[in-house]
Amino acid sequence: MKKFLDDADTAVADALAGLAFARPDLKVDQELRIVTRAGAVRPGKVGLVSGGGSGHEPLHSGYVGTGMLDAACAGEIFSSPTPDRILAATKAVSAGAGVVHIVKNYTGDNLNFDMAAELARDEGLEVEKVLVDDDVAVRDSTWTAGRRGTGATVIVEKAAGARAEEGGDLKAVADIGRRVNAASRSFAVALGACTTPAAGRPGFELAEDEIEIGVGIHGEPGRARGPMRPARALVADMLDAVLEELPASDDPVIALVSGLGATPLLELYVVYRHVAEELDRRGVRIARNLVGNYVTSLDMAGASITLCRADAELLRLWDAPVDTPALRWG
Amino acid sequence: MRDLDTAAALSWMRAAAAAIAAHEAELSALDAAIGDGDHGANLRRGFSAVAVTAEQLVADGVQPGPFLVEVGGTLISSVGGAAGPLYGTALRSAGKALSGPAADTAAVGAALRAGLDALCRLGGAQVGDKTMVDAFAPAVGAFQSAADQDLATAALRAAAAAEEGMRATTPLRARKGRASYLGERSIGHQDPGATSTALMFRALAESLTPSPAE
Repeated sequence: MKKFLDDADTAVADALAGLAFARPDLKVDQELRIVTRAGAVRPGKVGLVSGGGSGHEPLHSGYVGTGMLDAACAGEIFSSPTPDRILAATKAVSAGAGVVHIVKNYTGDNLNFDMAAELARDEGLEVEKVLVDDDVAVRDSTWTAGRRGTGATVIVEKAAGARAEEGGDLKAVADIGRRVNAASRSFAVALGACTTPAAGRPGFELAEDEIEIGVGIHGEPGRARGPMRPARALVADMLDAVLEELPASDDPVIALVSGLGATPLLELYVVYRHVAEELDRRGVRIARNLVGNYVTSLDMAGASITLCRADAELLRLWDAPVDTPALRWG
Repeated sequence: MRDLDTAAALSWMRAAAAAIAAHEAELSALDAAIGDGDHGANLRRGFSAVAVTAEQLVADGVQPGPFLVEVGGTLISSVGGAAGPLYGTALRSAGKALSGPAADTAAVGAALRAGLDALCRLGGAQVGDKTMVDAFAPAVGAFQSAADQDLATAALRAAAAAEEGMRATTPLRARKGRASYLGERSIGHQDPGATSTALMFRALAESLTPSPAE
């Protein structure tokens, strides 16, 4: 394993220390591994907390700032943070209007966030949970833990963050988050496995001409292994999977192409070219796009495609000003 | 004949911590096959924290019930992922079911049952879903079937049943947790959660069985 690490056990803490140096407008609590905005939450503003395992950077700490999250809880790599820390983050950003938890649908994240929410309610806080489950590689059935939360998380955090910033109440902020999730679907392929610092070697081996189809963002194998093919063919198949489950509508889409951590931007733009051409051919209009590394899986080679049906209100919230380490405009 | 007092509960947690540490790589390798490969590391971190808490609790003179409740809380706040809340809640519920300075076989069996019930409620898993429940449930069944025996005997039977349940997870298709995302590809791999559960029941049995040197 060759990585820029001092010690595999302190990777998360060391990265947070770097973030603190890079962004003086954020506050990093090293002991609890919570990243918040440096200033106090505006009284009456709904607080937004997300979090999860580390290793998906810039998710979630990279989305803390004006127009997006108020706090992010960084767990160990690929492991949910614990309830006491989520509770501390919830209390830190509570400004009298309630707090929304944005939770990716994984067993561990659900359990820890639910426990934290229960503890927060015991202390008199109002907490709403927005569950993100956009990954169509997982069938939502009694045979699985349900679809995973992946790329749509960025769009949920952006839209809910904008709604909270403009003064939406707890229900309004949670509603827009849920609406974005319901309107979003994702699919990812991996060209190579990632290496967690703790394991020190790749999670699975792929031959030169093999890929993993339908992977998540935790280094686990996908639903199937298949042959490597030209980008155009891979993207067409990925879009087939996404569009099959994307709600039918005349609304345009926000298209997100995210690298999984070890794929050059050049290749991501090759992917996006085919996303744009293929969607045009299929009569789906792209209203906004994002191409880059937004929801990653350490150093996994691969890409995910997320489409979100966006009506006028959602586009307005998407365009609203945002100032975070990973998203900044307006 | 020995009942479960706080000293015995401490021995159990020490033995569990040692077993997790000794099998960390194995647990992580099982997890890497159908999950993300951190089950061993996460539990090692949790049980290292438990070791510190546990010594302090004994020094404070707490009874075995509150001891397990506190130890469970430590796991919840130190393991992360799904395993922390699941094991932590199971231990907390078991601890809440115990009263007094020492518990006999029937009382410990009832406490373990309470732990299993809480685990199933929280995780929503049933036997056959390829989870820790597949080792936990047969262990509790075997333990309670031996309610008229001494504690060590019941624990030995529970450990054997847990290990049998653990091995029986290999041909199952996962229906809960991250392994469920693999669909059919989860078949043929032993479940890491069932494996760590079996280690904990084996640790209980070993901590109650006098070693030949004693």
